[in-house]
Amino acid sequence: MVHSASSSVNFFKASSGWRSWLFTLDHKRIGIMYLVSIIIAFGLGGLFAMALRLELLSPSPILFSAKEYNQLFTLHGAIMTFLFIIPSIPAALGNFLLPIMIGAKDFAFPKLNLASLHIYILGSFFLLASLFVGGVDTGWTFYTPYSVETDTSTVMTTLGVFILGFSSILTGINFIVTVHKMRVPGLTWMRLPLLIWALYSTAVIQVLATPVLAITLMLLIVERVFGVGIFDPALGGDPVLFQHFFWFYSHPAVYIMILPAMGVISEIVTTFCKKNIFGYKIMAASSISIAVIGFLVWGHHMFTSQSPLASAIFSFLTFFVSIPSGIKLFNWVATMYRGNIDLKTPFLYFLAFLFLFFIGGITGVVLGALSLNVHLHDTYFVVAHFHYVMVGGTTIAFLGGIHYWWPKITGRMYSETWARVACGLIFLGFNMVFLVQFFMGSKGMPRRYYTYLDQFQPMHAFSTSGTWVLGLGFILVVFYLIDSLLNGEQAPANPWGGLTLEWRAASPPVLENFDTPQQVTHDPYDYENGSIPHA
Amino acid sequence: MNESLVEFGSLFFSKPATAIAGQVDSLFTFILWVSILLFLLVFGAAAVFVYKYRSKGNTVIPKQQWIHDNRFELLWTVVPFILVMIVFVWGFKDFFLLRVSPSYSYEISVTGKKWFWVFDYPDTGKTVMNDLVVPVNQPIKLIMASEDVLHSFYIPNMRIKRDVIPNRYTTLTFTADRVGEFTIFCTEYCGDGHSAMLANLKVVSKDDFEEWKQTGGASDDMPLADLGKKLYADKMCNTCHSLDGSPMSGPSWKGLYQANRELSDGSVVVADENYLRESIVYPKARVVAGYQPVMPAYAGLLSDREISALIEYIKEIK
Repeated sequence: MVHSASSSVNFFKASSGWRSWLFTLDHKRIGIMYLVSIIIAFGLGGLFAMALRLELLSPSPILFSAKEYNQLFTLHGAIMTFLFIIPSIPAALGNFLLPIMIGAKDFAFPKLNLASLHIYILGSFFLLASLFVGGVDTGWTFYTPYSVETDTSTVMTTLGVFILGFSSILTGINFIVTVHKMRVPGLTWMRLPLLIWALYSTAVIQVLATPVLAITLMLLIVERVFGVGIFDPALGGDPVLFQHFFWFYSHPAVYIMILPAMGVISEIVTTFCKKNIFGYKIMAASSISIAVIGFLVWGHHMFTSQSPLASAIFSFLTFFVSIPSGIKLFNWVATMYRGNIDLKTPFLYFLAFLFLFFIGGITGVVLGALSLNVHLHDTYFVVAHFHYVMVGGTTIAFLGGIHYWWPKITGRMYSETWARVACGLIFLGFNMVFLVQFFMGSKGMPRRYYTYLDQFQPMHAFSTSGTWVLGLGFILVVFYLIDSLLNGEQAPANPWGGLTLEWRAASPPVLENFDTPQQVTHDPYDYENGSIPHA
Repeated sequence: MNESLVEFGSLFFSKPATAIAGQVDSLFTFILWVSILLFLLVFGAAAVFVYKYRSKGNTVIPKQQWIHDNRFELLWTVVPFILVMIVFVWGFKDFFLLRVSPSYSYEISVTGKKWFWVFDYPDTGKTVMNDLVVPVNQPIKLIMASEDVLHSFYIPNMRIKRDVIPNRYTTLTFTADRVGEFTIFCTEYCGDGHSAMLANLKVVSKDDFEEWKQTGGASDDMPLADLGKKLYADKMCNTCHSLDGSPMSGPSWKGLYQANRELSDGSVVVADENYLRESIVYPKARVVAGYQPVMPAYAGLLSDREISALIEYIKEIK
């Protein structure tokens, strides 16, 4: 069943003009606009990170004053969290792929989908506007009472995050309804690709947790603007209450960030091993259980501020999250057993993910232990840990996903050689920046420090040098992907021999994804019984 | 000089200064070795698979795929569960040892404010800034509160840390098992001076401690301007006031004495001895235009001689 372009044209050529993009209801175009926006956000957040690391090359001032430095790390965190990682895989890849992977023409609510993009862009403007109206220097966590007292533009930034939350909620609702209602005949729940399970679990968290953040930030704005005492002790409020509220959203948000990445990894490992996933059911179940347990562990961010009893309970619960995460890791490795392993770029990202996520996970166990957490809390050990999870996990999986679906999205192939080189540089650079930070942190170096004791300088300088390798890797990716758009050879419909539904569609897909209605007769990765589309 | 955190101790940790710090580290060592074992197993298997099953350029679909095995799935659910429960119990046990302070502990009150620490010794009425002195082998209980935003009191060598919160007391306890000088950090972000909010912990013998309580901190023999120079660093004036004319959170001291200062209410005042004294003791009374009233009041934290010393020193910065 080779698709011909006779019946319908691909979605790029279906219409033209800026209105056809900005007001489109096509989930693929919306996905691409998200992709472009979050790549811009990542570039900006990345530049801030490079600048921060440059300042830390020496304990004496180099580029910035303390205040400027504090604003930069706040913006770096806020941009990377709210404008990049949270929307990265769900909003960009998920928007493009979810309907195709379940054989649908579009989402259940295409207009709602467009609205969530517009809200995202509006929220981004608010968040970034704070750059020009005095900056914000609270850290991305907006802890009270500092955030109530500081003279910077906290209200503008929190309003931006508040607005972005709605984008997240609307996308979540759309995903949930679409997965429930729009699957093609034969695509039962137990035949869903694992990326869909992951996006579904993520959407549930987004819908349940994001309102709490929105309310918290509203309370913060009310406190700042009207002087109502909620969190500020000077007004009779309780600053630790803010931390509870904030992490009640922001810890589940960590799983909003990592679950979709795990889904992408499952897609990549099966395709490039030509193997069914090891333990499909437990993989799907572990996504759901991570989502559920993720709601019960927020207090592990507050071992140094809450009561010892609460700390003990939260520590206990925290360890339960490590079990489903561990199962996934072991199952991915087991999937490789007796496969036919094709070491293409997406698979290299899979291997990089395994390595980095392992370190991120194990250091998470270290931090979950109460006694060690007391020592390591708010040091570089924590900084390194969450970068291993967020960058080493999510961003690496996102890059793997971009390379995996790039031919499907754009209809072009990229340079395999340059892609492998870039993957190597990113892996090397990332480890140079962050591995040494574990040692700094366990030796006692606190985070969010503009200046530091001289004895830490060699480690800081080494970490900074890694950012240049990492930055070079990312720049290389941008270059060969642009080259691929301009000069890349035409991509076949199924370049990697994938089995899931999106590989039945043309590259790039036609306007309504498929020319003919689709049906599913086998499990998503059942290579033994399924036939590879376009093989 | 405080003992270097990087130079002394193990690869990962600074040299412990309490008995329990060593126990905390051994949990880390346990996790580290189990992780290394796991790492070798997982990535050893992955490396073998990648090498053995790498594609020979064909797209043959592997037959009789191994896609499910209850024994293995149970294995890698149960074993990690047992391991993390060991880690939980171990961490829990040490955590409570870290938190319990004996009834005969020596109590010191700690106040955090932007951006320094104040230590009050209730039994002597002694108050010191940024230099905590304690006797060795004696349980110490710190009763801490903040006067403004959140801070966190962290002594890496003791492996202890606790947030310091406005309007609420939190406590920290430790028993130093060797004399020495150690670094104290603030680890909860608190604004521009956060990374400069350092303090020193001096652990001394019991005799030295008794002597210090009688006489310590006295500086009667130092010339005023020299004492002022010392206080400029010791009392954290340098966090906010430069000596070279560059503005920081507060005005520079360069050329400050006898200069005309425009205040936030528009009036002008000459920075004479009385204005400088008032600005140290009650800084919010008359704030220079363009600056926020963020400086904490030093009333009660400096002796009259120390205030005079700082003013003498300011006079010298031309």
